[in-house]
Amino acid sequence: MSYVATMARINPAEVERIADLARLELAPDEVERMTAELEAILGYVAALEQLDTTGVEPTLFARLVATPMRDDVAAPPLDPEAAVANAPERSGSAFVVPKVLEEDES
Amino acid sequence: MSARLQPHANYEVVIGLEVHVHLRTDSKLFSPAPVRYGDPPNHDTHPIDLGMPGVLPVLNRRVVELGVRAALATHCKVHPQSIFARKNYFYPDLPKGYQISQYEDPLATGGWLEIDVAGYDAPVRVGLTRIHIEEDAGKSIHDTAIAGEAGSHVDLNRAGVPLLEIVSEPDLRSPEEAAAYLRKLRELLRWADVSDADMEKGQFRCDANLSLRRHGATELGTRTELKNLNSFRFVEEALYAEIARQAELLDGGGRVVQATMHYEPARRTTRVMRLKENADDYRYFPDPDLLPLRIADADIEAVRRALPELPDDRRARFESEYALSEYDARLLTESRALADFYEAAATESSAPKVVANWMLRDVLAQLKERECEIDATQLTPIALAKLIALVENGRVTAASARPLVAALIEHGGDPEALVRERGLEAVSDTGMLESAADEAIAAHPDIAAQIRGGDPKGLNFLMGQVMKRTQGKANPKAVREILARKLEA
Amino acid sequence: MAGDRFATAVALRADLDAGRVSSLTLVEAALARAEAAAGLGAFVHLQPERAHADAIESDQRRARGDLRSPLDGIPVAIKDLMVQLGEPCTCASRILEGFVAPYQGTAAAKLREAGAVIVGRTNMDEFAMGSSNEHSIYGVARNPWDPARTPGGSSGGSAAAVAAGIVPIAFGSDTGGSIRQPASHCGVVGMKPSYGRVSRYGLVAFASSLDQIGPFARTASDCALALAAIAGHDAADSTSLPEAVPDYAAALNGDVSGLVIGLPREYFAEGADPAVVECVREAVAELERAGAKTREVSLPHTSYAIATYYLIATAEASSNLARYDGVRFGRRAQARTLGEMYRRTRSEGFGAEVKRRILLGTYVLSAGYYDAYYRKAMQVRTLLRRDFEEAFRGCDLIATPTAPEVAFRIGEKTADPLKMYLSDIYTVSANLAGIPGLSLPCGFVNGLPVGLQLLGRALDEATLLRVADAYQRRTSWHEQHPTPSWERPT
Ligand SMILES: [Mg+2]
Ligand SMILES: [Zn+2]
Repeated sequence: MSYVATMARINPAEVERIADLARLELAPDEVERMTAELEAILGYVAALEQLDTTGVEPTLFARLVATPMRDDVAAPPLDPEAAVANAPERSGSAFVVPKVLEEDES
Repeated sequence: MSARLQPHANYEVVIGLEVHVHLRTDSKLFSPAPVRYGDPPNHDTHPIDLGMPGVLPVLNRRVVELGVRAALATHCKVHPQSIFARKNYFYPDLPKGYQISQYEDPLATGGWLEIDVAGYDAPVRVGLTRIHIEEDAGKSIHDTAIAGEAGSHVDLNRAGVPLLEIVSEPDLRSPEEAAAYLRKLRELLRWADVSDADMEKGQFRCDANLSLRRHGATELGTRTELKNLNSFRFVEEALYAEIARQAELLDGGGRVVQATMHYEPARRTTRVMRLKENADDYRYFPDPDLLPLRIADADIEAVRRALPELPDDRRARFESEYALSEYDARLLTESRALADFYEAAATESSAPKVVANWMLRDVLAQLKERECEIDATQLTPIALAKLIALVENGRVTAASARPLVAALIEHGGDPEALVRERGLEAVSDTGMLESAADEAIAAHPDIAAQIRGGDPKGLNFLMGQVMKRTQGKANPKAVREILARKLEA
Repeated sequence: MAGDRFATAVALRADLDAGRVSSLTLVEAALARAEAAAGLGAFVHLQPERAHADAIESDQRRARGDLRSPLDGIPVAIKDLMVQLGEPCTCASRILEGFVAPYQGTAAAKLREAGAVIVGRTNMDEFAMGSSNEHSIYGVARNPWDPARTPGGSSGGSAAAVAAGIVPIAFGSDTGGSIRQPASHCGVVGMKPSYGRVSRYGLVAFASSLDQIGPFARTASDCALALAAIAGHDAADSTSLPEAVPDYAAALNGDVSGLVIGLPREYFAEGADPAVVECVREAVAELERAGAKTREVSLPHTSYAIATYYLIATAEASSNLARYDGVRFGRRAQARTLGEMYRRTRSEGFGAEVKRRILLGTYVLSAGYYDAYYRKAMQVRTLLRRDFEEAFRGCDLIATPTAPEVAFRIGEKTADPLKMYLSDIYTVSANLAGIPGLSLPCGFVNGLPVGLQLLGRALDEATLLRVADAYQRRTSWHEQHPTPSWERPT
């Protein structure tokens, strides 16, 4: 692959796009502040660019190699009452959420 | 090979399918909660399925085994290492805010299966891009009759149910081929005990990618994705509707926009559900709660050895071992249950070819009428073989035996006892047959005279008359002999 | 008699065994001290009913003579991100307001199996994101040595609870230094075990590939008992190591002769407060006098550790924190539509630091940046891991300062997130490499404790505990305690 990794500067529009992906709502002054802070942090991490990592295997885990597996044995499920006991809103044993409106679908 | 169907005069249709299939397991992919259908909301969950703070996934070994089985049955290469990745998006029925799936390193890649399409004189080979393991989401219930006007209900019983996602190459050229592919894949997965693949239970679900291009063009057109085509009928209808929509757009000089489409069966049209944009930034990354899935060659070989004989192999063997035509062998291998039944009955019988005829003519007709599978009936292979033996030995006539197939399917039982109970034994009593023959000759002197005059055309008619007088129980061979003797020229 | 508030678990066990005190008395005293120390902000939730019942059961076991472990009947505290069946678990976040866990976490289960009595849940930075315990909906936790200063973080409450003599043992979690740095600032022993040594099932995730639960205590020998109680393979955590747990208490033989201590050049180069470095060097000299050898080693990629850490930790966190959506548990904001519910719930429920990290992590994983940031960070992680492998070829353990300075003032760094992140400069590498690390008190600068960090080979917690114990046998820093100026007169 000839893809060259580059670390970009971040701007308020980008911060808003990211906030949207993360389902966070930022007030205009928050966007401004976050942009500045993230820019400082990204500026700091840009130091990694100097490091040549060609051919270096990424480490996901320090020591572990293969995921363990369990036998296919079903255990009794959680009591439905316990399953929904923490729900902010419920109806019987179902969780209740506000309706999805068209404006949500983007 | 004969030409493949061309659904549109101006455009070549290009279809690729993504199938999600529930695996036949007792517990979920990453939790020990039971996999059950039809329970009230949130009755089959574990804190892991609810995405409770602090929970962690542990992989179900059976899922891997079934995944490998599906991969081998579809000629895929199983990778010694695959990686679970998180697909991040927000939806109420996705409890963790991400789905554990596989992305860059799937379980298996590069397979194929051959599909039979009505009217084609040879099967079409369809490529399989990949098979990966992932977890199902729960269900959002928007139905206002259940959830009311203001809200939706969320039921997480299905959350965490193990799925295989099976992705085909864009090798399909018509809705008919797409339907044939789905039928074949579904049967294969059932055959290999990978899944029950019951579409009504949502165990076998299909998304389709469809694009059009001018005949002869080599580049693919812009495709749209049709979501949740959950019956074979809908698949064909929806694809035809989308072909019509795209063709009309292109004919009018417009262009197709990448989108997710929804099929409305009532209006037989497709409409845009969602355009592909920012929302599709799923931020996949390897799930740090799970390590790479390692599968040893020896384990793959063990699954291969345990694999049942697959339909294509079985068909070929039926042709050679039981001297069946390709057509008959194909019909008898449409499901594993049917093939197993046939083979068991054929082994019991001294006349496997005759067994095949009874299966294809009588048994299949009954199954079709009852809309059920062979293993859901009371009929056993031994009973069928016995019934056929009674006919072959002249103990009962074929005409008397036929209605017994329905009875055996319905209530089971021993054919011999049934024949006795119903008094269906073939009549070989010469005295009785002689007098019935005399009566028939006396009642139709003109025909008798014709035969005596050397024209045997009426013989079958007279035989029928004798059968009628004996309620069909007369041994046809004996009747023929008696009539022939009495009407000798 | 509750006796000395600074008595170790080992001493309390002797008292219990001798019948000088009951578990119920110890537990009541701990609860009373916790109440009186409300001003420290160390605890966010006390659980007197459960604790009383557990203590009574422990006393009954003792009477019957079937004790479960050396910790049976000893009061302990856990950080507010360790799940305990039937108790709240909020991670000091508004978004988990009201949440009561419907299942038992493995660490809590193991503590119960050991007979330890959990008296309450300790303060922390929200979702363990912070180095000062200032980002908590319950307010700051304070340093018992100087209540105007932070105890460090994110496990600030656990460190403060042990330093203040409320409980002899507490548990926290360490993702980039969140046990060791507060242990250093509060003058107690804190240990981050090797990745996979302690089950994460029931530990609310911040960064899954880095998080570990670990103990705080005032002595290495108490720390050994506490680690033994929670360590071990757990089938419910796929990243848990299937390795046998050695007898840590038995490893404490006081003998360090012949051990080679590596001193990483990069950690002593610059940036740290010279007075802190001086304490650390003197501690190393003490170990040399005890028979250990030292040699300089190099961890050449150290300067990249913080950047690597923040990319990996925030990426994982952005995904781990997606489940807080107001659907199944926790606090939901008023909303008309689903989209509004998500945005408001998460915006109102998470504090500024959590949001900052979610944004950074989302950015790092988002289309087009994955290779530049996340994949790159995972590669540098490999280099950091190899640095340690290489260094451990020439030494048995590594000694460094735990933190570049002593406890800082509350509010001193909140305005500059990056400056706060640099507090973890000496600790994050151990998380990235998956190796164990321990901080123990080794002196004072301006009346505030200084921590010596010991790093070991993966799974070799025993050597770290042995060295720390040997040091404490020869020194008395761990016997110095803050004056309980925070106590309200009752
Ligand atoms: Mg897909
Ligand atoms: Zn899928």
